[in-house]
Amino acid sequence: MTADPKTIAAGHIWTFPGGIHPPERKELSNTYPLRELPLATHYSVPIKQHSGEPGDIIVRVGQTVLAGQPLTQVGVGFGLPVHAPTSGTVTAIGPGRIAHPSGLPDIVITITADGKDTFAPPLPIQDVATASRADLLEQLRQAGIAGLGGAGFPTAQKLALQRPLDYLIINGVECEPYISADDRLMREHATTILRGTDLLLDITQCPQALIAIEDNKPEAIAAMQAALTDYPRMQLRVVPTKYPSGGEKQLIQLLTGRQVPSRGLPIDIGLVMHNVGTAYAVARAIDHGEPLLQRVVTVTGEHVAKPGNYWVRLGTPVEHVLQVTRYTAEINQRVIMGGPMMGFTLPDLTVPVVKITNCILVPSTAELAPPQQEMPCIRCGACADVCPAQLLPQQLQWLAKAKDYDGLNQQNLFDCIECGACAYVCPSEIPLVHYYRKAKAEVRNIAREKAKAEVARERFEARNERLEREKAERLERHRKAAEARKQAQAEAVKAGADNPQDAVQAAIARAKARKAAQLKEQQANSETDGESS
Amino acid sequence: MSFTIATSPHTHQRRTTQQVMRWVYLCMVPGVAALTYFFGWGVWLQMLLALITAIFTEAACMWLRGRSARFAWRDHTAIVTALLLAVSIPAYAPWWIIVIGTSFSIVVVKHVYGGVGQNLFNPAMAGYVLLLISFPVQMTSWPVPQSLGQYTINFADSVSLVGSGYTQSGYNMEQLRTGIDGATMATPLDSMKTDLSRSLTPTEALAKPIFNDIAGVGWMWVNIAFLLGGLALIYLKIISWHIPGGLLLGLAVPSILISLFAPGQAIGLSVHLLSGATMLGAFFIATDPVTAATSNRGRLYFGLLIGFLTFVIRTWGGYPDGVAFAVLLANMCVPVIDKYTQPIAYGHGGRS
Amino acid sequence: MSVLTAILVFGGLALLFGLILGFAAVRFKVESDPIVDQIDAILPQTQCGQCGYPGCRPYAQAIANGDAINKCPPGGDATIKELADLIGVEAKPLDSAHGAEDVKKVAVIREDECIGCTKCIQACPVDAILGAAKHMHTVIAHECTGCDLCVEPCPVDCIDMVPVPTKPETWQWDLQQIPVKMVATADQES
Repeated sequence: MTADPKTIAAGHIWTFPGGIHPPERKELSNTYPLRELPLATHYSVPIKQHSGEPGDIIVRVGQTVLAGQPLTQVGVGFGLPVHAPTSGTVTAIGPGRIAHPSGLPDIVITITADGKDTFAPPLPIQDVATASRADLLEQLRQAGIAGLGGAGFPTAQKLALQRPLDYLIINGVECEPYISADDRLMREHATTILRGTDLLLDITQCPQALIAIEDNKPEAIAAMQAALTDYPRMQLRVVPTKYPSGGEKQLIQLLTGRQVPSRGLPIDIGLVMHNVGTAYAVARAIDHGEPLLQRVVTVTGEHVAKPGNYWVRLGTPVEHVLQVTRYTAEINQRVIMGGPMMGFTLPDLTVPVVKITNCILVPSTAELAPPQQEMPCIRCGACADVCPAQLLPQQLQWLAKAKDYDGLNQQNLFDCIECGACAYVCPSEIPLVHYYRKAKAEVRNIAREKAKAEVARERFEARNERLEREKAERLERHRKAAEARKQAQAEAVKAGADNPQDAVQAAIARAKARKAAQLKEQQANSETDGESS
Repeated sequence: MSFTIATSPHTHQRRTTQQVMRWVYLCMVPGVAALTYFFGWGVWLQMLLALITAIFTEAACMWLRGRSARFAWRDHTAIVTALLLAVSIPAYAPWWIIVIGTSFSIVVVKHVYGGVGQNLFNPAMAGYVLLLISFPVQMTSWPVPQSLGQYTINFADSVSLVGSGYTQSGYNMEQLRTGIDGATMATPLDSMKTDLSRSLTPTEALAKPIFNDIAGVGWMWVNIAFLLGGLALIYLKIISWHIPGGLLLGLAVPSILISLFAPGQAIGLSVHLLSGATMLGAFFIATDPVTAATSNRGRLYFGLLIGFLTFVIRTWGGYPDGVAFAVLLANMCVPVIDKYTQPIAYGHGGRS
Repeated sequence: MSVLTAILVFGGLALLFGLILGFAAVRFKVESDPIVDQIDAILPQTQCGQCGYPGCRPYAQAIANGDAINKCPPGGDATIKELADLIGVEAKPLDSAHGAEDVKKVAVIREDECIGCTKCIQACPVDAILGAAKHMHTVIAHECTGCDLCVEPCPVDCIDMVPVPTKPETWQWDLQQIPVKMVATADQES
């Protein structure tokens, strides 16, 4: 089937290679309506919650802040500000746990809540219809909106690229098991999501939008369908349930039959994709002036007594979330931020909920068995069968173990989306994705080192050149000075003064005479000594 | 208590190598049952000997390599190798045949190359070819299907035959292979090959008692039984259809062509498909993941190559059956097949 | 006569092949970097002088002239392997006489102790130290190659070599090194 515009418009759903069907377990959390999580006593807000540079901190320790007040500001770069999740006092600014798989610390602003939850006055755009595109983008940037689907790319930055677009795709697929945050949001806030989509269409000057939902969410499909009657520019697309159909590249393939070029962006093929949560946040930011203060987080797993979807303020420690939802921990408990396929485990519960946190999963060993010992690869090829990127995972694994970085590049390691399908099916339980991540980090590291070495080499050469130049200059200066002196002397002699050369000769003669005299005296002394002994 | 740090994905399809291998040998049950029904208990003795040898040699290899034997036992690949070799060789071959073959398979073909997952050649088939070349007499002395033989072989006879080469009443293998008509009976493919080389037509060759069924007494049912087991493997998603499909196609197409263009000179389609080691090879041997091609397209070509080579060896080669040689030859081609059948990665200009 | 024929034939062939080879050498000439540039590109450019040469380029020159490839501790085994591949010799383990492979470090001046003598500035091979006479000096951290050369000349010993800290962006997925905090289980609490 060719990817011509008519076929796309007719609603054809393509397919993508590979993919898996892990147990979905969405019923654990998707039956409860969205609830507000009670406020915590303190919040730790990492200043960097998106991909890009952090802003500059504009609050001091001891300062009182209101909910929604910006804590950082961004300059001309591609950063995003973060905002106070509630009113209270800034009690610390410094390194603290952030939501990152490494568990490494980064700068965190700690706010002790005053419990009043007073909001700073919102600053909505007065007249959306006449507002300029730049104003809208600035509003989104000041609201701190990053892609809520997982990557955390600043939304305004994504929208700022002006290229001809065929479709805006709103991703409500949510293919990862357990997670139902987007599902519940679509069921309960369909109109706001579509309002946000409408705004996104205007900002991107895109003619039409496709809203994609996996067919395992009939309620969300019904809710969105009902709301769609007011929006003729949008169409609903129901995609079959298969992991990872919600991956950006895979969803594009499903809906349009196109492939994002390697190392390219969807915009290169006339598409742009946003998550339903992002669309919701866009609508709230533009219509109501609300900065991104909270998001829907699925709290689930058999070790949580009150699973469900909660509005959680950004910066809320996971500990608070889990206490409210009454978790019980077993020996060697895993607490996973994100879903079971792509999430990462937390080293402790001080980690805060951030813009990209869509799920907190506290599984029992029975439901998600811990990884077994890695066995040798038997080259069964099950991984290649399920790889949605059509890579050869086992080949990559051998190359990664051998640290053959050229080979890894040839086998397109960087086209791996780390979906984990290969590791899911591996009968030898090889943590394949882990090997790829490590290899990717190493390749990036090598590239960084190479770039640094290049700079060092340039600086070294520049310095050597400078030293050479300085030496040459110095010699030249000395030569000139000597010449000048000679000339001055010559002129002095000509003028009738003593030739300094004569004076030198005279001094040498004097020294010789003195030496001769000394010698004679010594000899005389030694003779008298000899007599006395 | 502390939290556990683990790497994503945190969920796994619980199908370990051990389970895969267990399914493989469970699906051999119909084939083994058919072998038992037609040829007596010998196959069980061979399997027992092969298993014991495999377990001990594997442990010895792991010990020499300074690793834990339990680690190697756990994946059950040695069991599958041993069982495949045991059902491939004549049911009443002397005990040392299977011991030598299994030891070679495990020690040389598997561990010398670096253990499970590292071997270039299919261990069972490499072991089989070693035995076939070294001990041609023992390796071609297939017993007569029990319905055609003069003598019935009970369990005690089986033990005695495998252990000493004689039944309890003193018959040796050569005598046992004599049919009711007093002539030494060969396997269907062997008989066919000999007759065709004597310029008999296939119809004349098929007139022998061994061909009382369509494709050889007993052999046909053994093949059908392995086919059933193999279909179960496909149904259970242990193997994909590509290798067996390719193999059967690679064997069937040239045999149809040759019977169309040169009728009366070659083995027919039904004998090709339902005799010898065709089904065992197609579903159980060629599908060994370690030594097969990895992509589905590659697997198809790999199967086609084995099928075609089997056809060539059976038709023009010196041996009656050629599955083992074909598998080994195709094993050698795997790196090339893999290189040229690599799928185009997402975003590299492929079409969806 | 036949000898003459043979000589003529082979002479003719030799001439022909000579011409073909000569033509090929001109026609298909491969422009490649001079070997010193290629070697220099592999070396880590710390300019530390641990190899015994005053910088990476002089060492590259020395390798091109046949010196051993295992004298570069900052590059370590990876660099030795790459060099071995490039010039087609056996990779050898690092020569311990020139030092051991170490974690990447960066120089830090304890600024309140600095007397402003400029000796380190003169020692720095990549001009990564900023300062003037009788004024405090400081290291431009991202330009520092960690070569160690500024530590020795400092008369007041106020320069420390500190390991480059791992940041989340440069983390290498060493899951085992994550510090895991002990927490009480529900059972222990009750």
